[in-house]
Amino acid sequence: MPSLKDLRTRIRSVQSTKKITAAMKVVAASRLKKAQDAAESARPYAQRMERMLGSLAASLIGQPHAPALLGGTGKDQTVLLIVATSDRGLAGGFNATILRDARRQIRALQAEGKTVKIVTIGRKGRDSLRRDHNRLVLESFVEIGRKGVTYPEAKMIAESIIARFEKGEFDVARIVFNTFKSAMTQIVTTRQLVPFTPPDAAIGGGTSVSYDFEPEEAEILAELLPMNIIVQIFTVLLENTASEQGSRMTAMDNATRNAGRMIDRLTLNYNRTRQAYITKELIEIISGADAL
Amino acid sequence: MAETDASYSGKVTFELVSPERILLSETVEMVVIPGTEGDFGVLPGHAPLISSIRPGSIRVYAGTTVTESIFVASGFAEVTPERCTVLADSAINVSSLNRDDVAAELASANAALAAAGTAVDAYEGKQLSLAVLVATAKLEAIDTK
Repeated sequence: MPSLKDLRTRIRSVQSTKKITAAMKVVAASRLKKAQDAAESARPYAQRMERMLGSLAASLIGQPHAPALLGGTGKDQTVLLIVATSDRGLAGGFNATILRDARRQIRALQAEGKTVKIVTIGRKGRDSLRRDHNRLVLESFVEIGRKGVTYPEAKMIAESIIARFEKGEFDVARIVFNTFKSAMTQIVTTRQLVPFTPPDAAIGGGTSVSYDFEPEEAEILAELLPMNIIVQIFTVLLENTASEQGSRMTAMDNATRNAGRMIDRLTLNYNRTRQAYITKELIEIISGADAL
Repeated sequence: MAETDASYSGKVTFELVSPERILLSETVEMVVIPGTEGDFGVLPGHAPLISSIRPGSIRVYAGTTVTESIFVASGFAEVTPERCTVLADSAINVSSLNRDDVAAELASANAALAAAGTAVDAYEGKQLSLAVLVATAKLEAIDTK
């Protein structure tokens, strides 16, 4: 029979765990709101950028002089995988699902005989991928979006990636992240950054108006394509932050509930044990009195 | 249909969008954009146009008076007969710029460019001369306000 003291200690420890997870849930909920608002208000820029690019790219795609960021390098031998995770854990399956999918892609690409290179965003991704793919990791960004994701942060990451592309370090770049559906569901998504693939809708919609270009199409495109990569990364970071907070909120909600259930069970156990002790002592007293 | 309506109403929808949010969205009579190949005014019924933007100030007109003057360092403008959308990394209201600060910025940008000389690669050199251009344009924007 466990001693009463042990049970009391267990109960107290679970109670403080519950307090922590409940507090984390509240914090995650408020951060989630903020992250969702940020993602929401960043959407107009991305949409308009996409519309412009769509109408531009439609007229230039497939032409021999198209910039490499649009037309590609003509090969797909070296693939750069950008794995976007979070800095902090305790967010349910948020990081695990991204990393599992990234590993699956790495294996699949290597099986096809392609060269894989990795850039990680977030401490969790860096630590995990360094363990088994250390030689493939080119660069890691940490502490991104500590006080909300900012555009300059996205710009910094994008510029490093574009610089690598211009040095010919890779042919194709894809980014792996979690799309935010709701606080309950986040979907692991892979999006291609280089070469640029215009969404079909943008091409269809873009051709309805024929624009004049100042300066020429090719020149604008050369400026617009790097900017598009920045915006894409910015959107991904915003999505990821919202997903992280959503996932953490759900995970902490579950943890709080589990802790509550555990406290109930332990308290019941504690009371039973206490009663058993009292009964035992009573029996001892009574049989002692009888013996007299 | 929508085109003719917009032309008759004499207004054009002007939007200034930064990556973080929509900074400005209003219907205006005319807006002048500092395009890479020269300033251009946008009135209702303007031909569809996509242009990049050089450092300079966007001026919003009501009649012949400037109601708003906003400095942008770079970006793109998309013009349709009824709409004018500007995508800019960042935008500053010209009235909130301080002439002395900008003059100091220009001086330090010039100094950095001179100090770097030919020792930097093409990319960095471009960044440095861009900083000078931006500061010069800011100064100009303040003086012509």
